[in-house]
Amino acid sequence: MIQLRPIYVICLREFIKFFREKSRLLGTLARPVLWLFVVGNGMSALIRPQAGFSYLHFIFPGMIGMTILFSSIFSSISIVWDREFGFMKEMLVAPISRVSIVIGKAISGTFISVAQAVIILALIPFLGIHITFMQFLEVVAVSVLVSFCITSLGILIAARLTSFDGFNIIMNFLVMPMLFLSGAMYPVTSMPPVLRHLTQINPLTYGIDAFKHVLLRDGAPPLGPEFPLSLDLLVVTAISVVMLTLAALSFRKKE
Amino acid sequence: MSIITVSNLTRTFKSLTAVDNASFSVEEGEVFGFLGPNGAGKTTTINILCTLLAPTSGTAAIAGHDCVRQPDQVRSAIGLIFQDTTLDSGLTAYENLKFHAYLYNLDRKLTEKRIDEMLGVVELTSRKNDLIKNFSGGMKRRLEIARGLLHYPRVLFLDEPTLGLDPQTRNTIWEFITTLRKREKITVFMTTHYMEEAENCDRIAIIDHGRIIAEDTPAKLKELVRGDTIHLVTEDNARACAEISRIFGIECHEENGGLFIETERGEELIPRLIHGLTVTVKSVNLRKPTLNDVFLKLTGRTIRDEVLADEREVTREFVRSHRRAQR
Repeated sequence: MIQLRPIYVICLREFIKFFREKSRLLGTLARPVLWLFVVGNGMSALIRPQAGFSYLHFIFPGMIGMTILFSSIFSSISIVWDREFGFMKEMLVAPISRVSIVIGKAISGTFISVAQAVIILALIPFLGIHITFMQFLEVVAVSVLVSFCITSLGILIAARLTSFDGFNIIMNFLVMPMLFLSGAMYPVTSMPPVLRHLTQINPLTYGIDAFKHVLLRDGAPPLGPEFPLSLDLLVVTAISVVMLTLAALSFRKKE
Repeated sequence: MSIITVSNLTRTFKSLTAVDNASFSVEEGEVFGFLGPNGAGKTTTINILCTLLAPTSGTAAIAGHDCVRQPDQVRSAIGLIFQDTTLDSGLTAYENLKFHAYLYNLDRKLTEKRIDEMLGVVELTSRKNDLIKNFSGGMKRRLEIARGLLHYPRVLFLDEPTLGLDPQTRNTIWEFITTLRKREKITVFMTTHYMEEAENCDRIAIIDHGRIIAEDTPAKLKELVRGDTIHLVTEDNARACAEISRIFGIECHEENGGLFIETERGEELIPRLIHGLTVTVKSVNLRKPTLNDVFLKLTGRTIRDEVLADEREVTREFVRSHRRAQR
């Protein structure tokens, strides 16, 4: 049921379009840059460094998570565009399985998100943060996992979204809460119990926690990682598998 | 041998029956037309045939493969051109074709050659590396035809292929379809609500309210409508009318300063009329029956009326929603 040539060409199309639309690349990169340089620096003056980590250090893992979140959601929302502009029909009447379409979209979305995460990593010298080459590789590895997870979630949503009207709702009621309840910008340990529970069902919390393991290795809560690394990776992987399966199923039913 | 076989096909959407017990077959190499007003069930039938929609009951098969049970075999055997464009406007003409070749698993060595060949046929070779967003409507349609044929399908489906195109472009598209048909030896299944286009088909099925009400060659269908109409203007219409019934034994009636004569083989009657009448004839006009007359005869309405009624409905709907918004 999984056909490699269609998956390859679906990915190739996404990459070509991604590099052709410069505004999209610029848009997704502008947000974390703004946070890091403007908000990060502003807040660093207000918040005392703890255990050797400044606020800028603290939000860096979160900013990688944020970049992946927005990039992955935008990539998977391209399914709604394809449907709106008719291109989805070209894929649906071709002799390829629905699963191949879903996998093609998931892989291309993952690669595009990882590419953007790496671009954010390139900012490190300008922030006064030092990482080893090993840490760099570890961040890329975690990025692949987190990107795949969020892209799969996005595809599941896009498969059910029939028009662009739903997109704003998704942004305001899912993507933004996911960002604010993930520990990207402030520690979640000190939050009220209700919000604490919400952070615990948010897949991005575990993804960002894994980034903290790599980048804030010696940090302790509240600034450092909260869960064991093995738990983070397990949760992200499990959610990916569930999301992708549900996405493939709902894709098959819907069309 | 029949390449498309449809028997007792029915598709309902809640209370609406879009296709109602339709049966027909298309022979290999034919141009088969589906003629009917908007909402008659043409697109629903195409969607079932191209495996996008499951029928409520009945069966459809293409090239011997069942459209429900063997979708992949059916998909490989067909090329599709939808009403609305399905090109990626962010890619070039070449990239769109290459994407298609990969989806249909076209032989790698063959792909480049076939892309160049098809671009040449639809006269878009010089635009090979241009983005689709810079293409005109007619160019997009031509590229879609090239793409639909890229993987050597046995049947090409065209859903209202010339909808929204100007008459000149429409003619060009038809020239391409005619040329391609000779070249590629394929079967063409098309839907249309333009009578003039349906005339180009080898065989036509007329569909109305989801039911096939007639199926034959355009010439045979037109025989359902009896005879031609001759419109005659003379210097003295009343006298001419009297002479026609006296000499030729044919009924005629006067209307708007002219005479209308209904007859068979009008082209043979005209010289005899002009010869036999003592009144000077000022002008003659012969009207052969059209498919529109056939549709009128079968349903009591013309397709044009239907289109106009649809537009009125749209206007009414607009007014209604506008009023709601004002409240």
